[in-house]
Amino acid sequence: MKKLLTVVSLAALTLVGVACSSDAKSGAPAPVTLVAYDSFPTKDSPLITALGEFSKSTGIKVSVVTAGDAGTMLTKARLTAGNPEGDVMWGVDSTQLSAALDGNVFSKYEPNDWNAIATNLTALVPGHELTPVDYGDVCINYDKAYFASHSLTPPGGLDDLADPRYKDLLVVENPSASSPGLAFFMATVAKFGPSGWQAYWKALRGNGVEVVDSWDTAYYDEFSGAAGSKGHRPLVVSYGSSPPAEVIFADPPRTDAPTAVVASTCFREVEFTGVLRGTKHESEARKLVDFLISARFQSELPLTQFVYPARTGVALPAEFTKFAVVPTTTLSIDAATIAANRQKWQDEWTTIVLR
Amino acid sequence: MDDHRAALNRLPRWFVVTLAAAPALFIAGFYAWPVTNLLWTTVRRANGGGSPFGHVGAIIWFTTWQAVVSTVLTLLVGLLPAYVLARYSFRGRRVLVAVTTVPFVLPTVVVGAAFLALLPQSWHGSARAMIVAHIFFNIAVVVRLVGSMITVIPHDLVGAARTLGASPIQAARLVLIPLLAPALWSAAAVIFLFSFTSFGVATLLGGPTNPTLEVEIARRATQLGDVGGAATLSALQLGLLAVVVVWATRGQRRSAFELKGAAGPRPARTRGERVMVAGVSTAVVLAVGAPIVALVSRSFDVGNGWSMSAWSKLGSAQIRPGVGLGVDPLASVGTSLRFAVVAAVIATVIGFLAATAINTSPRLGKLLDAGLMLPLGTSAVTIGLGMLITFDTAPVDWRARWWLIPLGHALVAVPFVVRALLSVLRSIPGDLRAAAATLGATPVRAWWHVDAAALRAPLLAGAGFSAAISLGEFGATTILTRSGRETLPIAIGRLLGRAGALPRAQAFAMATILLALSTVVVMASGIHERLGPDDA
Repeated sequence: MKKLLTVVSLAALTLVGVACSSDAKSGAPAPVTLVAYDSFPTKDSPLITALGEFSKSTGIKVSVVTAGDAGTMLTKARLTAGNPEGDVMWGVDSTQLSAALDGNVFSKYEPNDWNAIATNLTALVPGHELTPVDYGDVCINYDKAYFASHSLTPPGGLDDLADPRYKDLLVVENPSASSPGLAFFMATVAKFGPSGWQAYWKALRGNGVEVVDSWDTAYYDEFSGAAGSKGHRPLVVSYGSSPPAEVIFADPPRTDAPTAVVASTCFREVEFTGVLRGTKHESEARKLVDFLISARFQSELPLTQFVYPARTGVALPAEFTKFAVVPTTTLSIDAATIAANRQKWQDEWTTIVLR
Repeated sequence: MDDHRAALNRLPRWFVVTLAAAPALFIAGFYAWPVTNLLWTTVRRANGGGSPFGHVGAIIWFTTWQAVVSTVLTLLVGLLPAYVLARYSFRGRRVLVAVTTVPFVLPTVVVGAAFLALLPQSWHGSARAMIVAHIFFNIAVVVRLVGSMITVIPHDLVGAARTLGASPIQAARLVLIPLLAPALWSAAAVIFLFSFTSFGVATLLGGPTNPTLEVEIARRATQLGDVGGAATLSALQLGLLAVVVVWATRGQRRSAFELKGAAGPRPARTRGERVMVAGVSTAVVLAVGAPIVALVSRSFDVGNGWSMSAWSKLGSAQIRPGVGLGVDPLASVGTSLRFAVVAAVIATVIGFLAATAINTSPRLGKLLDAGLMLPLGTSAVTIGLGMLITFDTAPVDWRARWWLIPLGHALVAVPFVVRALLSVLRSIPGDLRAAAATLGATPVRAWWHVDAAALRAPLLAGAGFSAAISLGEFGATTILTRSGRETLPIAIGRLLGRAGALPRAQAFAMATILLALSTVVVMASGIHERLGPDDA
């Protein structure tokens, strides 16, 4: 979910390093550092405005430090476990959950509003090492105009993608380089099983699947459905929230989405936050985690990160309720299975699809 | 002459040890310790899980063959320009030497971006695109190393062969090539090293299907979280390169023989010679110019005709409504310049001390020299991760300090400073220092007035080259960088990862700025003079 439609983030000259310990002497609360992936905004965003309100009411200054893409961020966090580079981390996702827990990266904390979070999400972290903050789905998106003008039915599920009728129509992201790419790969493992996905991907390769390194390239360069795109492929691995994003950002405005989602292909991704083990500002860090799941902060997530708030009862923007599909059932794999097999699977996938 | 020099004018032992101490500590503290620490930590933790070395064999094979092909082709392509530049004096020769030097000091990200701009879409993400970029990048190595050797081969030698009935090709094969063998070996070793450890070019041009070992190490560490596997591969790469370097040094020595005097360039006489000079000059200018022109012109191409909008919007980090880049492009220019200055100062001081120590004490020197070369063969990502876990507790809690990044750049630059200084140091006649001694100077004083004085020009060149390396460094910076401290190559990398015409054009605009900065640094410090064939 790193590269959600709004990959809103800016250079943080203003925020980084400002939070020195000048307040510590006066007995005021210590400043905290929120470590996030590259696509988390560091200024000019409603999320930063909300964090500013938190600082004002608590006296805890927050500086946002980006630490690379999600993979790099967690690698660095695992290497520095116990002596972290910041106090709170934003954005560990469910495919990384086991790696984060095995690495003993986070210290246990049950926020005050824990029970306000959807129970199917809190069930993922019974030990309270992490707190769910948002979720979303990675799904096949299709270009409605293409399928209408070619009198072709959009694919109904993963099996159809290997059907010759859809030859050379799909573009996906490399699971070794992209978070939605990894999620889609996991969807195929969930659907076809640990010993069945290989044959499926061989079939996809035979059916002309294109692999690129980033979601951005896949969605804006290769996919034909994105606004202003010159791409030629009407099927892409993207997010369940991509259709509403197309409407929200449409210029000139439009009333319907140019793209839609194949609901049965969706793979659920959950993002977490947590207090980094070894922080010297444990109590301030905990207060920040409390704030990250507060209704105030959670309500900004849909239109900034294009995800669903983990907290229940947060009102969603109209575009979301109208154009996003929340699949009733999604594909998923438990975190331990992912952790045990991920390297092996990704190496295998690379050999099957790219070599 | 060495014995003569040593006997007359031996520098005191304490002096040499003092000189060597700083570089030795530098390499031990900022390279050996972090890298060993990383290996030790990750191997000890040894997280099982999967088959870490599933297709490593295939990657090593690919890395090796593309490096071999790059090396052979670069030698073939570079031989004629090297010959012409070393053999003939003609108007614009110095400019042409400078032109061949430019690609070598260009940041790999710029070279990658330039070839993305030049090559057709179908070449993107292919091994051939990588190889073409490697050739472009390394021509200067041939011009410099092989060219220097050509200047000492007497003109009449080839003439004699021709008189005796050899065709030009036979003369080249039977006379020139054997004489040039040592230079060809050392050029081949350098080019192989650069092509084997290719990261920026491989990332941008090779695509997901063609990872080099260096790219795989980075992917393993950052994407799979398998730092242990990455560190092990990094050690393996270092071992492989050590074997290659030793083997090349052997080949160089086996074929070495002494040629005295220098022929120097002379005007082209026959019509054939004039045509060759003109033809080669034109080809060089076109080959170097085309990617650069493509790069610059792409910065004006935002999809619908020519436009300045990429340049005028450089200050804005918004790439689509509501979508930011995460990097302030203009701020990254300032960051890069600051880092380049710091890296150049560190590398020049350390390199100066090291070169002097190496030159005065052959035995100790060889060890120091080899030690300083290690970072060149080590995956930069590994060095970055090593620093991250080593400098994390007081009194060495430095991982969030900004200066760790230019210090990492200096690690890679020092060997080049040492090379530039050593060639000059070794050419200083012993008699000069002896004369100073005779006139009553102490050995240290004589050293200051003779050696140190001669080193000013190469020091400047070394500093410039270090700055150029720092401006272009990509791998270690990706690990150590923090928000607000992104360098130009990081900003370009991020922009190139974005879709759409405007961010792409902005990436090419930033690459143009980086190209200009590197070129200015190089020209100002006179590196192009030192990298061209020697005019004896």
